[in-house]
Amino acid sequence: MGIFTKSINDKKERFEKRGSRRNRWIVLAIILIAVLAGLLDYPVVWNKAADWLNQKTPLGLPHFFGRPFRLGLDLQGGTHLVYQADLSNIEAKDYNDSMQGVRDVIERRINIFGVTEPVVQVNKAGSNYRLIVELAGIKDIHQAIEMIGQTPALDFREERAASETETILADQKQIKEKFDQGLSVSEDEQRRLLEDPYFRPTALTGRFLKGAELSFDQSGYQTQVNLQFNDEGSKLFEDLTKNNVGKRLAIYLDGVPISAPQVQEAIAGGRAQITGNFSLQEAKDLVQRLNAGALPVPITLISQQTVGASLGQISLNQSLRAGLWGFLLVLIFMLIYYRLPGLMAGLALLVYIALLLAIFKLIPVTLTLAGIAGFILSIGMAVDANVLIFERLKEELRAGRPLSGGLEEGFRRAWPAIRDSNLTTIITCLILYFIATGLVKGFALTLGIGVLLSMFSAIIVTRAFLRGLAGGKLEGWRKVWGK
Amino acid sequence: MNIVGHRKIYFAISILLFLASLVALILWGLKFSIDFTGGSLLEVEFLKERPSNQIITEWLADLNLGQVNIQPVEDKGVILRLKDIDENTHQGILEKLGRPDEIKEVSFESVGSLIGNELKRKTIWAIIIALIAIILYIAWAFRKVSKPVSSWQYGLMATVSLFHDVFITVGAFAVLGHFRGVEIDLPFIAALLTIVGFSVNNSIVVFDRARENLLKTRWDKFEEVINQSINQSLGRCINTSLTVLFTLLMIFFFGGQSIKYFALALIIGVVIGTFGAIFVAGSLVVAWQKFRQR
Repeated sequence: MGIFTKSINDKKERFEKRGSRRNRWIVLAIILIAVLAGLLDYPVVWNKAADWLNQKTPLGLPHFFGRPFRLGLDLQGGTHLVYQADLSNIEAKDYNDSMQGVRDVIERRINIFGVTEPVVQVNKAGSNYRLIVELAGIKDIHQAIEMIGQTPALDFREERAASETETILADQKQIKEKFDQGLSVSEDEQRRLLEDPYFRPTALTGRFLKGAELSFDQSGYQTQVNLQFNDEGSKLFEDLTKNNVGKRLAIYLDGVPISAPQVQEAIAGGRAQITGNFSLQEAKDLVQRLNAGALPVPITLISQQTVGASLGQISLNQSLRAGLWGFLLVLIFMLIYYRLPGLMAGLALLVYIALLLAIFKLIPVTLTLAGIAGFILSIGMAVDANVLIFERLKEELRAGRPLSGGLEEGFRRAWPAIRDSNLTTIITCLILYFIATGLVKGFALTLGIGVLLSMFSAIIVTRAFLRGLAGGKLEGWRKVWGK
Repeated sequence: MNIVGHRKIYFAISILLFLASLVALILWGLKFSIDFTGGSLLEVEFLKERPSNQIITEWLADLNLGQVNIQPVEDKGVILRLKDIDENTHQGILEKLGRPDEIKEVSFESVGSLIGNELKRKTIWAIIIALIAIILYIAWAFRKVSKPVSSWQYGLMATVSLFHDVFITVGAFAVLGHFRGVEIDLPFIAALLTIVGFSVNNSIVVFDRARENLLKTRWDKFEEVINQSINQSLGRCINTSLTVLFTLLMIFFFGGQSIKYFALALIIGVVIGTFGAIFVAGSLVVAWQKFRQR
C-alpha cells in the first residue's frame, strides 16, 4: 500500500512542479511582453540609454522602433480646410438641407480612413455656404484632401417648359448687357446669370444615392452606370419620372450634364441608368467615386490652414497628472484591502496599462481628451475583474481552504461573472462600433480594447503572478494573503 | 442586511430621484453646448505675439460666453468657436482680445453643429440594437435559472436599472445646467455610454451570484436567495465603485477644465449605478415575481 501511495504522491508532486514550472515561464513571458510594450510606449528611455552606451562602447545599438501616438484634434491640432459649396442651382429653402447632405457625405468619406474623429461643420459667411473640415494629424492629409476633392456631385434636373426657358434666356441676355456696360449687378441678378435655362433642379440629388454599379447595354459594348437610390430617393425618382413622361430628365455630374434621356414611363424601385460615352475606365472610376458617396452640390477647396491643439499643454498635463494620482490611489487601496493579492493586482495593472498604450499606438487609435479620460477610467474598471476574484478568494480562505486550492476555486467561481459582464460590454462595443460613426465609434473602439485587455490581464496575468507565489515561501504567511 | 425586505423604501428613493429628474428636465431642459447647437466662428490674427489659449480664456472669462473653443492657426491667428452672439458681444470680445493695433479680425461667421443627422440616427439605432442584444444574451446566459422568474426578466430588469441610472444622471445635469450653466457636450455622450456599460456590469454581477445560489438551493425561497446574493456581492460592488471613483475624483478635482464635467457625469452615474445595483435591481426581480404570483 505504502509504495502505491508514495508513487501517486510522487506523480502529483511532479505534476504540480511541472505546473508551477510552466507558470514561471508564463510569468517571464508576461514580464518580457510588458517591458517591450513599455518601451514601445516610451522609447525615450531606451534611446537615451542606447545613446549613452553607444558613446561609451563601440556597440552601435539602434534606436527603438518609435511611433508617435495618434492624437486627436483637441490634443495635437491638424489641418483646417474650408470648402465653398456651389448652391446656384438650389432653391433658397433647400440650402440648409443640401448643406446637411454635403456634411454627411463628406464625413462618411473621411471616416473611411478609420476612426480619426474629424470636425465637419457647415459654415455660413454672409451669403456663402461653406463646409469646414478639420483633420487631425498630418500623415493622411493629402490623401484625405484628394478623396474629398474626388467626391462627385450628382443631381437630376427636369426639363423646363419652353416659355420658362425663353424668359430665363432673355433675362440672362439683359444682365449680361448690363455687365458689359460696366453697371453694377445685384446678387439676385448674378444668381440668375448662373441659372440653367434648360433644366430646372429637383430635390433628387446624390445624397439619396445608395450605390452604383457597372453594367453593359444590350449590345455588350456600351458601358453603363446603374444607380440605386435609397427609399426616399426611390420615391422622389418615381414622382419625378411620373411627372415628366415624354420629357427629358437630365443627369448632372459635377455641374455638367452627362446624360439627358427621355422618360418613357414612371419608374419605381429607384434604379436609374446613366448611358454616356464612357470608356470602361471612366465608368469604373465613376462607379467607385459614386459608391463612396455623392454630394448634392459641387464643392471647391478655398482655404487650407494648420491649426494647433485647442486644449493647450497645461490642460493636458493637469489631466494626465490627475490620472496618475488616481491610479496611485487605486494601488494603495488594493494594497490595504487585499494585501499581497492586491500588490499582485497592482503589478498586473501596470502590465495592463503598458500593453493597452502599446496597442493604441500600433492600431493606431486616435486619442482625444475624452478618449484619454476613458482610458484612465478603464484602469479603474480593470480592477473589477481582480476584485471579483479576490472576493471569492477571501470567501474560500475564510471557509478554511488551503491557499492554492482557494486560488483555483476563486478563479473558477469568479469566472462566470467576469465572462458575462465583460461579454455584454464587448457586445455593446461591437454593435456601437459597426453601426455608429464619429465620436461614438471611437469610444466603442477604446472601451472595447480596454475591456478585452482587462479580461486578459485579470485572468492570465494576475493568476500567473499569484500562482507563482503560491507554493513558495509566502504561502504560509496567512496574514499577507488576507484572512 | 435585509435589502430586499426593505425594498419599498429603496424603490421610493429611486422613484423620487427619477421624478425629480423628470421635473428638472421639463422645467429647465438641458443646456446644449455649441457641439450640438452650432454657433459662431471668429477668426482673429494677432499682429504681435499670439497669447496662449489659457490667457485668452482668462481675458474672455467675465463675458460669460459659456464654452469657447480656442484653436491656434498657423503662426499668429486664433479661431474662436462660441455660441451665437449679437453685435455688442462681438465687439466686446474684440475689445478684450486687444486694441485695434494689436489684432485684426479675419472673419466672423456662423457654424453648424458637429453632429450630423446621420450620426444621431445611427447612434440611436445602435443603442437600441445593443440593448436588445444585451437582453438576449442575459436571457441565454441565465437560461438555467428560469424558475421562478423567467430568464428574460433578468435582462429586462438590468435594462430598467440602466435607464434609471442614465435618466437620473441626465436629470442631474438639467439641474446643473440651470443653476451653474453646465453644458452638455460631445464627451458627455461618451460618459453616458460608459455609465450604460457600468450599470449592466453591476447588474450582472449581482444576478450572477443569484444564479449560483439558485442553482444550489430550492427556488421557493426566492426572496431570501436574492437577498443573500446581494449581500454577498456587496463587497465587490462597493470596492469596484470605489476604485473607479478614486480615479474619477482625481480627474474632477485636479484635471483640466474641459473634462471636469465629463468626470462629474461619470461620478454621478457610478454612484447612482452602484445604489441601483445593490438596492434596486435585485429587488425589482423579486417584486416582479411576487406580482406575477398574484
